[in-house]
Amino acid sequence: MNDVIIEFNDLGFQYRAQAKPTLYNINLKVRKGEKILIAGPSGCGKSTMASLINGLIPISYKGEITGSLLIKGKESREMSMFDISHIVGTVLQDSDAQFVGMTVAEDLAFALENDCIPQDNMKNRVKEVAEILNLGSVLRHAPSELSGGQKQRVSVGGVMASDVELFLFDEPLANLDPKTGKQAIELIDELQKRTGAAVIIIEHRLEDVLHRPVDRIVLMNEGRIVSDTTPDELLASENLANCGVREPLYLTALKYAGVDIKAEMHPASLDELTLSEADKSKIRAFFEQNNKVKEKADSEELLTVRDLSFTYEKTNKKTLEDIAASIQKGEMVAVVGTNGAGKSTFSKVVCGMEKEDSGEILFNGEDFRNLSIKERAEHVGYVMQNPNQMISKVMIFDEVAMGLRLRGVPEDEVKTRVEKALEICGLYKMRNWPISALSYGQKKRVTICSILVLEPELMILDEPTAGQDYRNYTRIMEFLKSLNDRGITIVMITHDMHLMLEYADRSIVFNGGRIIADKSCAKVLTDTDIVDKASLKETSLYHLAGLCGISDGTAFVQGFIDYERENVRK
Amino acid sequence: MNNLFNYIEKESPIHGLTGATKLVCLLLWSLAAMTTYDTRLLLVLAVLGIALFPIGRIGVKDVSFMLWFTLVFLVLNTVLVYLFSPQHGTEVYGTCTYLFGLSGHFAPTAEQLFFQLNYILKYFATIPFVLLFVCTTNPSEFAASLNKIGVSYSVSYSVALALRYIPDIQKQYHEISQASQARGVELSKKASLVSRLKSASAILVPLILSSMDRIEIISNAMELRCFGKNKKRTWYMAQKFKALDYVSMIVCALLLVASITLTHINGSRFYNPFK
Amino acid sequence: MKKLSVKTIVAIGIGAALFFVLGRFVAIPSPVPNTNISIQYGLLAFIAAVFGPVAGALAGLIGHFFIDFSYGWGVWWSWVIASAVFGCLMGVATMRLKIDEGEFGTKGIITFNVGQAIAHLISWVVVAPVLDILMFQEPANKVFLQGVTGAIINIITTAIVGTLVCLAYSKAIPKKGSLKEEN
Repeated sequence: MNDVIIEFNDLGFQYRAQAKPTLYNINLKVRKGEKILIAGPSGCGKSTMASLINGLIPISYKGEITGSLLIKGKESREMSMFDISHIVGTVLQDSDAQFVGMTVAEDLAFALENDCIPQDNMKNRVKEVAEILNLGSVLRHAPSELSGGQKQRVSVGGVMASDVELFLFDEPLANLDPKTGKQAIELIDELQKRTGAAVIIIEHRLEDVLHRPVDRIVLMNEGRIVSDTTPDELLASENLANCGVREPLYLTALKYAGVDIKAEMHPASLDELTLSEADKSKIRAFFEQNNKVKEKADSEELLTVRDLSFTYEKTNKKTLEDIAASIQKGEMVAVVGTNGAGKSTFSKVVCGMEKEDSGEILFNGEDFRNLSIKERAEHVGYVMQNPNQMISKVMIFDEVAMGLRLRGVPEDEVKTRVEKALEICGLYKMRNWPISALSYGQKKRVTICSILVLEPELMILDEPTAGQDYRNYTRIMEFLKSLNDRGITIVMITHDMHLMLEYADRSIVFNGGRIIADKSCAKVLTDTDIVDKASLKETSLYHLAGLCGISDGTAFVQGFIDYERENVRK
Repeated sequence: MNNLFNYIEKESPIHGLTGATKLVCLLLWSLAAMTTYDTRLLLVLAVLGIALFPIGRIGVKDVSFMLWFTLVFLVLNTVLVYLFSPQHGTEVYGTCTYLFGLSGHFAPTAEQLFFQLNYILKYFATIPFVLLFVCTTNPSEFAASLNKIGVSYSVSYSVALALRYIPDIQKQYHEISQASQARGVELSKKASLVSRLKSASAILVPLILSSMDRIEIISNAMELRCFGKNKKRTWYMAQKFKALDYVSMIVCALLLVASITLTHINGSRFYNPFK
Repeated sequence: MKKLSVKTIVAIGIGAALFFVLGRFVAIPSPVPNTNISIQYGLLAFIAAVFGPVAGALAGLIGHFFIDFSYGWGVWWSWVIASAVFGCLMGVATMRLKIDEGEFGTKGIITFNVGQAIAHLISWVVVAPVLDILMFQEPANKVFLQGVTGAIINIITTAIVGTLVCLAYSKAIPKKGSLKEEN
């Protein structure tokens, strides 16, 4: 009994500003040394669970709690946030906001400073933690000099320094690329083995978390716990699909092939997955059926760049070197690569936000270089990752109209064009709403709409689905697909491998300021060398192919993509 | 390192002083230079300030950009003072000695020229010291120093947070402004003043609203890590006082005492050679 | 002094950082050649209105100090203090507004703008010039003219930028209401 760290008893919670409770009848126990994944779509209440466990509720966020939550046997409402934070260490999703120190060492020491630990002890402890997390060489670096993965390790170190008994990770994968995400999951696993602490991970990306085993998965939907069971049991059930959480891709492939998934097969891990000969032959048959070589019709070039180079003024670093690429009319292309590989710079140079050192940019065969940023925007629209960074008006209509009004378009024309754009984006009925009433996905749609209204032929979107759950992801991507069907060419800068597989015709891979690959997504995601350089992961489909004795893994992945595009998403 | 403020990492006696010492010295020195208008003391301060540069191993090249800025500002201000008050020297020193046989409102007087010389000296008495402070003080140590000299740790940490997030906010501003420009927002001279300000708001609104979210998340993150738990806190970057720290502070304190004494002896803040 | 909440401390830090970035890197050309208009006072007025006089004063003080500091022209204490005074007065003047609860109507706009105009006048026409005269013995007519010019420009920028930001913020706070779809 003593080893129970967290115990929810029939807990309910309602935020003060909300009309309905966010959590109902939660019962959950977390013991020492356990590793638990809490999964569920956005708005299911999983973040509220996190805030309850770390004490932000009721201290920072007000609301009404019913039932009880015991932390190491004590009622949490009677504890201060400081008491709780010595038991529960929280790693927030936004590692930039959690990084409050000016350098790595200072941030690792932050909690110790607040506990008035003498400086000598503090320096030793920081050294120890840095050693464990492999941060020793960057102790004096500022956050801007670190990679996303390093920043997250600093966040982990910051809570590790005060010897907590439970680590709480709130969407640890949201801001990381696939390769770094994989390392983060490995780190969490090691951390738990080393410290013997309990771990709670809150995530909706099941396949990525299951890279290392977890004891239980708590699946939530609409404020309730739907199931609390082992990963194998959960994956064999229908619960995931009902809650709108994406299952691992290899399981989707198995289902397409007609394989029935049972808990005894150990579906939680591809390494332990046991497939009978009958199952394997079903998959091979699926492969044979879908392995058709398709001829691609050539179309006109829309955007062509040649020998493009760019040097970043401040650091004097060459961020683009001899870039040559072309985008065809009507394509949907993914641009991938690590942070700093040059993909954002590339789109900025194309949009005229940065000036190239040398090289050519042709749009529709015409020289693009002499046009201003504003003029180029009428051909190439750029949509930032975070819609909140683009929205500056209160009402939806005004936001969409802004670009036209600033161009001096007469008001009656503004009205017709804005209404048409709103219609395309499915926002027409909400045209007189304030933007604040919209969800994140809808806001994203508004920002896309406000670019669309300028009638660009090409749209560049920076991480269109970052941090979105499966439902939102599907909505945003289907929307982009519908724009694409209307003839708008779409370029997506992304880390999302699902997006590449499901929606992109082709990937352009950046590395160190150069393009290292420009080919189909199936080829990119099955090429070990490119996958590594672009900080991606090999898709699990590739390994599944190997498991079933299919030698041409790339063709298998391509077959899966084609099958899905033709049969599943009409 | 965070190089917004031109901190230059080197080994020197001045770099070795604690941040708190340098901060105290900066305050004492500024106060001394502020109180006095005595030409002799200003000269001493100016020469001393410049003499400290080689000790801190900072060359003219390291500060040339800032120096250039300052000089422009200085020239502008000197000209303005003359244009607005060519008789200010006469008022201050109580005599009127026309030079070059000229007379009239804008005619140069010895008093005015002397006043303006002092005015320029006053710049030179403080600026080198401030520049030196900027180049030799690690911004990370700044907050710990503030706390050490008696500023509450909450306010000290506000300063640290400002330093921490300036680069992030700067980057964000840049991105937002580029995206708005693509949509047609212009800050150039073509538009009228009011519409320029409205355009600026189009960039500011998203910047400020996302900063409000940031404030919320950061304060949660800090509370989750026990910020504000105790009446005091320790600092990773704090340094202990050494002998040289005390010496430096005493010297600066003496300069302030000298400044006040001189004012007392002169009977005013000015040294008056015309009487 | 009452202990500052962590949120206020963070608001001071981020407010100062914003003040610095706007003051240091954002230049809007003004009608007068070679001078730029500073929009950071619109922001400071907003911070003061939302987080109160202490936050306003300290954000102004720290932000302005950093601007001077980064230019290296010596810290112009008289103007730094005037910025702090503005933040403080603005916080006091807007004590009764509830922008963070989504309320910013006509009455709010009037209070905000009357408040900012008075606060600017006190800061730039009284505090800054008087301190300049005390510290540097600068000619009175020069510093008062600088002060009056500064006050007028700042009042205009705060009136536009500050009001728009307050409006956008108060509207961005979700309020329960019946939103109907229109055909």
